[in-house]
Amino acid sequence: MAHLDIRQLSKRYGQFVALDHIELAVDEGEFLVLLGPSGCGKTTLLRAIAGLEMQDEGEIVHAGRDISRLPPGQRDYGIVFQSYALFPNLSVADNVAYGLNSSRNERRLAKQRVEEMLELVGLPGTQAKYPAQLSGGQQQRIALARALATAPDLLLLDEPLSALDAIERVRLRGEIRALQTRLGVTTIMVTHDQEEALAMADRIVVMQQGRIQQIGEPRDIYRQPGNDFVADFIGRGNLLTAERVGPHHARSGDLLLRTAAELPAGATARFYVRPEDIRLHDTLDQGENTFYGHVLKCEFLGPYSLVTLRAHTADGRPLVAQFSSNYLCGREIRPGAMLRLGIPAEHLQPLPEAA
Amino acid sequence: MILRRPLVFRSGAERLPGVLLLGAAVALALFLVLPLLALLVGSVRDDDGAFSLLRFVEFAATPGMATAAWNTLWVAALVTVITVPLAFLYAYAIQRACLPLRGLWRLIGLSALLGPSLVGAIAFIQWFGTQGVLKAWLGGASVYGPVGIVMATVYAAFPHALMILVVALATADGRLYEAADALGASRWRRFRTVTLPAAKYGLISAALVVFAYSVSEFGIPKVIGGNFPVLAVEVYVQVVGQHNFGRGAIVALLLLLPVLFAFAIDTWVQRRQQASLTARAVPYQPRPDRRRDLPLLLYCLLLATAMFCVLGMAMYTSLVRFWPYNLELTFDHYIYGLAEAGVLAAWQNSLKIAALTALFGTPLVFLTAWLLERTPARPAALGTAVRAMAALPMGVPGLVLGIGYILFFNSPDNPLNGLYHTLTIMVVATVVHFYTPCHLTAVTALKSLDREFEAVSASLKVSRFVTLWRVTLPVCLPAVLEIARYLFINAMTTVSALVFLYSSETLPAAVAILNLDEAGELGPAAAMATLIVLTSALISLVYSLLTHLLLRRHQAWRHFQR
Repeated sequence: MAHLDIRQLSKRYGQFVALDHIELAVDEGEFLVLLGPSGCGKTTLLRAIAGLEMQDEGEIVHAGRDISRLPPGQRDYGIVFQSYALFPNLSVADNVAYGLNSSRNERRLAKQRVEEMLELVGLPGTQAKYPAQLSGGQQQRIALARALATAPDLLLLDEPLSALDAIERVRLRGEIRALQTRLGVTTIMVTHDQEEALAMADRIVVMQQGRIQQIGEPRDIYRQPGNDFVADFIGRGNLLTAERVGPHHARSGDLLLRTAAELPAGATARFYVRPEDIRLHDTLDQGENTFYGHVLKCEFLGPYSLVTLRAHTADGRPLVAQFSSNYLCGREIRPGAMLRLGIPAEHLQPLPEAA
Repeated sequence: MILRRPLVFRSGAERLPGVLLLGAAVALALFLVLPLLALLVGSVRDDDGAFSLLRFVEFAATPGMATAAWNTLWVAALVTVITVPLAFLYAYAIQRACLPLRGLWRLIGLSALLGPSLVGAIAFIQWFGTQGVLKAWLGGASVYGPVGIVMATVYAAFPHALMILVVALATADGRLYEAADALGASRWRRFRTVTLPAAKYGLISAALVVFAYSVSEFGIPKVIGGNFPVLAVEVYVQVVGQHNFGRGAIVALLLLLPVLFAFAIDTWVQRRQQASLTARAVPYQPRPDRRRDLPLLLYCLLLATAMFCVLGMAMYTSLVRFWPYNLELTFDHYIYGLAEAGVLAAWQNSLKIAALTALFGTPLVFLTAWLLERTPARPAALGTAVRAMAALPMGVPGLVLGIGYILFFNSPDNPLNGLYHTLTIMVVATVVHFYTPCHLTAVTALKSLDREFEAVSASLKVSRFVTLWRVTLPVCLPAVLEIARYLFINAMTTVSALVFLYSSETLPAAVAILNLDEAGELGPAAAMATLIVLTSALISLVYSLLTHLLLRRHQAWRHFQR
């Protein structure tokens, strides 16, 4: 059995369905990320696991114990909120020791534990400071230390990085992930930032309208989105509709495309092509899956350029291609230019039929 | 589709907040809602206790009642029209101009709060009365009547309007002013299009508060009103003078309606006021501007002098032998008029009432607000009910509350009958009477805390009560002290509810002034008023010192707050 097992969890607020029969199994030591746009139910799910929201139906089993109806205090987890919720009137030491036994003979142990935790989050010696004296990133680390001080079996992170600036966010996400790997604590994090999810997660749960859209490792979620929503939400992409002309061939306008994957039976096929999967070829290259594209717009973004193109596809919708600067080797792309493009067969993943 | 109700297992400690909130609901129902209901029921019963609308018919037919009602309304309207602009300009000068000694102007502007409303009435009698030095200023009109009532009520209501408007003008988005300047708007246009709209809700609120204050104020017309009939005095005459509780109930109801109406409008207006100031706003900082600052300084000086003259005259009266014929300074009014006459006990009673009100009212108000704001999982209806009851006292004049208490607690069928005439019931009435502003202060403080404190504590297996003690209370300490001070000072100065509830042993100081005045003892009345003002001032001073010391010594963390 999974370490944390969520079965048929549902929650409504009046007419609004926040959670719709959620089924989820989390393994021990796993870093799981709940990803989705705001209002998708990810935070409600986290708060239900924490006992801060009570589900209408369904069960939550944690380490073999049914915790579905237990109040928060009787569950076993530590939590870090977006706002950190550090107690402003208590010193860093008192904040971290808040959940530790403060009886007289335990006090020395608590002190030691605080020291240990501060060491762990890279802020040794800050015991006497108050939260207001620390930067946002430091406050976040203290909140993490406080949540981990009681050695909980489960760590819940509610958008822990969204209040930080971009640089601090990237640094801290690496630190949190490293810490989690070291401690091996089962962790569930909520975020709406796909890059954060891809960078940190063992597995990502993509949610929308109270339902799980897809569960998978970051690579699979990105490479093989299970449906239109996931494809759209994670990264940029081009939707290509084509007519199936064989088990491995489809036609879209003037383009004849071979696909590595076998196409399901049916007249039309839909492909989701990532911008970085569009290749640049020599103008006279006649290899498979190559075609001409007319440059409409080119945005230079530093490490890469985004190029909007028009090709003779079935619906004629512009395609967006992404070329990294080292791939282009200084070659300049100007609007109006004609390019020979190609999509490797293995990158043409058929999408399931739109619901 | 009907969903299965979540069945939640809860231990005793988890259930405690709900039980406590229920307790608060019962207390508010018992000491606020039931007395008001008793008032309603009392008005539709005849002398034998049967249902009848006879009292209304009888009341309508009573000669002079229509006049009293009309007088009450137009006086209140006039007071509002005078007070609000006066207070607005004063608040504007404090908040939006670069004046020296801003704190002092503010303090003087609020000084009328330190004493009972009768201070103004006594002072205006001395200035403009039969023997008044400035009698000529009124050009033959008598101060005993609408003129005096309006003047004294404006003086008494001024700080209430000022408090609201100072807050309304405290925050402004500096970017709007910069935009107006960049677009070349004139000074007047900027005022009309930026300043006024931002203060709109504050102005409406202030107007309604002043109107309600004037309608329900009865000490002032009683002392300076002469034979000018108004509803509030009519209630007093019916109930205290003629023991006609039924008639009193009718007039009280009539008083309750416009006031409740005013506060219903205010609540509705406040609800529409949202997000006028976004998180991106840049606070507006006035820059020195002689053309604006100098006239405003003169204005403040003028008003502050006037207010000082009112308060000063009341104090001076208490120290001179016989105004204006014998101006020899003496403590006779204190020694013979109060101490020897046995009236000084009233001051002690008031001290007791004020101390007990602050002592029991503060924890009650704060704890109830905490239960409402920071504890989950209770029947939602209970929370709504308590919220509604906490907001109600603002719309109930003290006079009306007092009559409700008589009708409810004086009834021989009521098991709580024993409370009637005791100090306890007076303390309870005072807490209930001033509940709403205290509640709002507590709620604002509690709302400003991070939403997740309790969730974090729960995850760390720390009881919410421990968190209340270790975090919530220390962080909210300034608000708690402010509530205690507010309750103390108002308990010290209030007349309206207590005038119906005291016995000869529990006579409070502010009511004693009324009785002394009725007996023609203006000197001792002024002496008592002075004692109250000094006590309130002392308490305010102690409060400031205490806040300062406490925050400095034990709350070092505040210095780092941004």
